[in-house]
Amino acid sequence: MELAPYLILGCIEGLVTAAVLALMAVGLSLVFGVMRVVNVAHGEFFMLGAVLAWFVADQLGGHPAIAFLAALIIAPLLVGTLAMLADMTILKRISYDPERTIVATIGLLYIIQQLTLMTYGSNARPVEPPFNQRIAIPWFEWTDGGLSLYWPWGLGTTSYKLAVIGFAIILLLGIWVLMTRTRIGLIMRATQLDRDVAQAYGINVDRVYAMVFGLGAGLAALAAVLIVPIQQAHYLMGHDPLLLSFIVVIIGGLGSLVGTVIAAVMIGLSDGLISVFFTPTLAKIIATLMVTFVLIFRPSGLMGSK
Amino acid sequence: MMMSDSKKSVVFHLGFLALLFLLQFILPAYHHGNLARIMVLATYAMGYNILFGYTGLLSLGHAMFFAAGMYGMGLTMTHLGWTAGPGMLAGLLAGGLVSAGIGFLALRTSGVSFMIVTLMFAQAGFLTILYFGEWTRGDEGFVIRQADRVFAGIDLSHPTYRYLAALLLFGICLMLTIRLMQSRFGHVLIAIRENEERTQMLGYDVHFHKWMAVIASGTMAAVAGAAYALLFGYAGATFASVQYSIFPLLWVLLGGAGTALGPFIGTLFMFYLIDLSSSLTTAYMLIAGVALVLLTLFLPQGLVGEWRRKMMPWLT
Repeated sequence: MELAPYLILGCIEGLVTAAVLALMAVGLSLVFGVMRVVNVAHGEFFMLGAVLAWFVADQLGGHPAIAFLAALIIAPLLVGTLAMLADMTILKRISYDPERTIVATIGLLYIIQQLTLMTYGSNARPVEPPFNQRIAIPWFEWTDGGLSLYWPWGLGTTSYKLAVIGFAIILLLGIWVLMTRTRIGLIMRATQLDRDVAQAYGINVDRVYAMVFGLGAGLAALAAVLIVPIQQAHYLMGHDPLLLSFIVVIIGGLGSLVGTVIAAVMIGLSDGLISVFFTPTLAKIIATLMVTFVLIFRPSGLMGSK
Repeated sequence: MMMSDSKKSVVFHLGFLALLFLLQFILPAYHHGNLARIMVLATYAMGYNILFGYTGLLSLGHAMFFAAGMYGMGLTMTHLGWTAGPGMLAGLLAGGLVSAGIGFLALRTSGVSFMIVTLMFAQAGFLTILYFGEWTRGDEGFVIRQADRVFAGIDLSHPTYRYLAALLLFGICLMLTIRLMQSRFGHVLIAIRENEERTQMLGYDVHFHKWMAVIASGTMAAVAGAAYALLFGYAGATFASVQYSIFPLLWVLLGGAGTALGPFIGTLFMFYLIDLSSSLTTAYMLIAGVALVLLTLFLPQGLVGEWRRKMMPWLT
């Protein structure tokens, strides 16, 4: 058996994981960077995005591509709005105290998760991908006539998975432009650097916080809409991505967006490659232990400031 | 007669333990069983409180310590044929070792990172239990045979002895916590919670004290885990899941962080709240979620914390 085609397959699967993880973790990192709070309910915003995507696609019917496109716009908007409401009614009232925010968002986690269980139920439901051509992975072999291509039996990926990777890259570039090249990004960075001075210069900090919290949740929901045609929507699906995003955010350095993306690619790729050879449980254990080593040698993460 | 504040506090808590002793004679069987369970879980919460309430370190990975005790005892009893006494000791040692190791690594970080790191370690622990399903039986768990649940000739599966054993464990840990917090060591922990930099400036070894707090906290949680498996005869991976790391946080917050009796009061309230709501809906964790949000908004001191503020400022 040739090993290389399996490695390519592992890389593609890993990059899909990395793409979704990067979007989600950037949302978490943004919230931490600007607001200095950890949103433990982030995984539930992800789950809610997937469930809403199913709901929108199910209500609309019609061609899968149209239903999917509608879900891609509606689900993140709804989730973002919900998060803004949570920010204004709960987090603002406890003045973003770091520990109380963690406790409050744990509460929010269970509220969202259990309400979904009560309404959507405990079934896993799929969303049809907008397009889904099979692409076989080619590999070469030496024959009498020289080098020739062949397709190892059963190994392949789909056009949709490749599109997820591409779309995530575009979105991440978009966020980078938003943060570094626009006025809104400037305001967010100013608030991040010094909340009080920003307020003194007339920035409405409350509004910035609500917006950042909504944007972070919206990114998680967007990541979920992208993954839901590959992985079904389920009320407990937010749990593993939340832990993985935590790992990514810590390895990348809390609050550093570039570090977050680098770490997401590292974790996603290693997860994909390890999963080719070992069981998913072992893959997760290995990912967690990798974090231990990063922490031993660099307690503030790869790109974190001291 | 005037008593010092610390003596008043000791007398008050001893009186409370006497009340728990007397309650067993009047409680109906169902609540009698529940109270035994609550006392063991409250011991777990008291362990959590040492780190969270008194030292000010928020851990989201205590299920790992609870499970270390539970499996340290359960596995040695099931696979090595140890009896209850050595089994409990194995649970205690497992808890001590795991908390020393995890504490050493996790304390390299602080604040928010500490919380995330403990959460991840606990998740790795949970997955490890699932991975070695051959011995741990994974999610399904395993039963500790009734014949093995005997300590010094006393059958701990019998409700009366079970209640007394739970009360003994709870009482010892409660009084230990109070002694600890009235000692120099405890005062340093509280000083770290109040102002870490200043404590460091005053010449205390902050890092060492925090490490000791993690070990004390983790070991108490582990003893509770071992006792839970011994008294109720079951060990399963659920007890190592994230949910069981969140529970002690919830109990301690509800009862009052940094109060000796808070963990018990919080556990008692939440146990009955979930008991009542799970008869109404399968989504009983909704109650826990709503409780957490309401607590942070309206009752940040917890029940005993409010009580202390208003009536008994001398309470430990």
